[in-house]
Amino acid sequence: MHTSQAVADKPEHENPALLHHFATKGQQKNAASLGMWLFLAQEVMFFGGLFCAYLVYRYKYFGDFGSASQQLDIRLGTINTVVLICSSLTVVLAIRAVQLGKRMALVFWLLATILFGLAFLGIKADEYAEKFEKHHVPGASFSYHELLPGQEKFPPAERQYANPHHAEMFFSLYFAMTGMHALHMIIGVGLFGFLAYKAWRGKYTPDYYTPIENAGLYWHFVDIVWIYLFGLLYLIDRHR
Amino acid sequence: MSEHISSLGSCLAIWLALLAGTTLTVAAAFIDLGPFNTIVALTIATIKATLVVLFYMHVKYTHEKLTGLVIVSAIFFLFILLALSMADYTTRLWR
Repeated sequence: MHTSQAVADKPEHENPALLHHFATKGQQKNAASLGMWLFLAQEVMFFGGLFCAYLVYRYKYFGDFGSASQQLDIRLGTINTVVLICSSLTVVLAIRAVQLGKRMALVFWLLATILFGLAFLGIKADEYAEKFEKHHVPGASFSYHELLPGQEKFPPAERQYANPHHAEMFFSLYFAMTGMHALHMIIGVGLFGFLAYKAWRGKYTPDYYTPIENAGLYWHFVDIVWIYLFGLLYLIDRHR
Repeated sequence: MSEHISSLGSCLAIWLALLAGTTLTVAAAFIDLGPFNTIVALTIATIKATLVVLFYMHVKYTHEKLTGLVIVSAIFFLFILLALSMADYTTRLWR
């Protein structure tokens, strides 16, 4: 495949998109793609540390984490999951549009992705606001007075309440993990805004769309992180 | 890397599969399966993540072996991070 590409590619001075230290366009694209995957691999380790901290404390404060998890709004969490899945679809459609050389379709799908990204962040902001109102934000004004899971069946005098300090740890991890994820979303929205402008100017063609492809990889990765955050923070203590 | 152009049908099919997975995992969360609630939620999340990586990130269509190596390494080291940490914290019986 590479030899045929090398023959087909124009010499360097006839192809301004090909940087001088690469032999072929294929090689240049492979290098950029590998760099992006290596970046995502270290992102896996970065979020992995947060997930590990969550696992350790969940194991240690099992009941309190269940109680605190039930305070999250599963309806908004589900809507946000659907919003992110839709944004992943628009990213794929944007890449398809640029591969087919449809410039306006590319700009449209990039803008649609930004719209879904902003919708996600708006819903997240609403959830954060509710946490502030309920004093569930870790810090000086934190207060927590909720039952441990499954205590409703006992008479009121015998019911056990969750340890507020342990619940505070859940909310610390909740804000650290979803906050880091939201920061990635904000960076992604900015990135896609830049790409949409460049795409509108006609920078990307079926011959050269590596930035679109790599930004797409980033966006899908952020989507995958949310898939696990949604499961671990919102879902697994819901039945208790 | 990949010059593969996904068909509109396959894009939409994966999208529907991801939405179905979300519906399934939310529905399963309200059924009391004991310790299996966590396993079911994480299994569905992993299936969804695999669909995204293979089809939306075009890994299924790539001819580049290095991409696969990077992905497998990332998962492997994540496994070491989680498994060895939990092997420590879950066996501190003296505390």
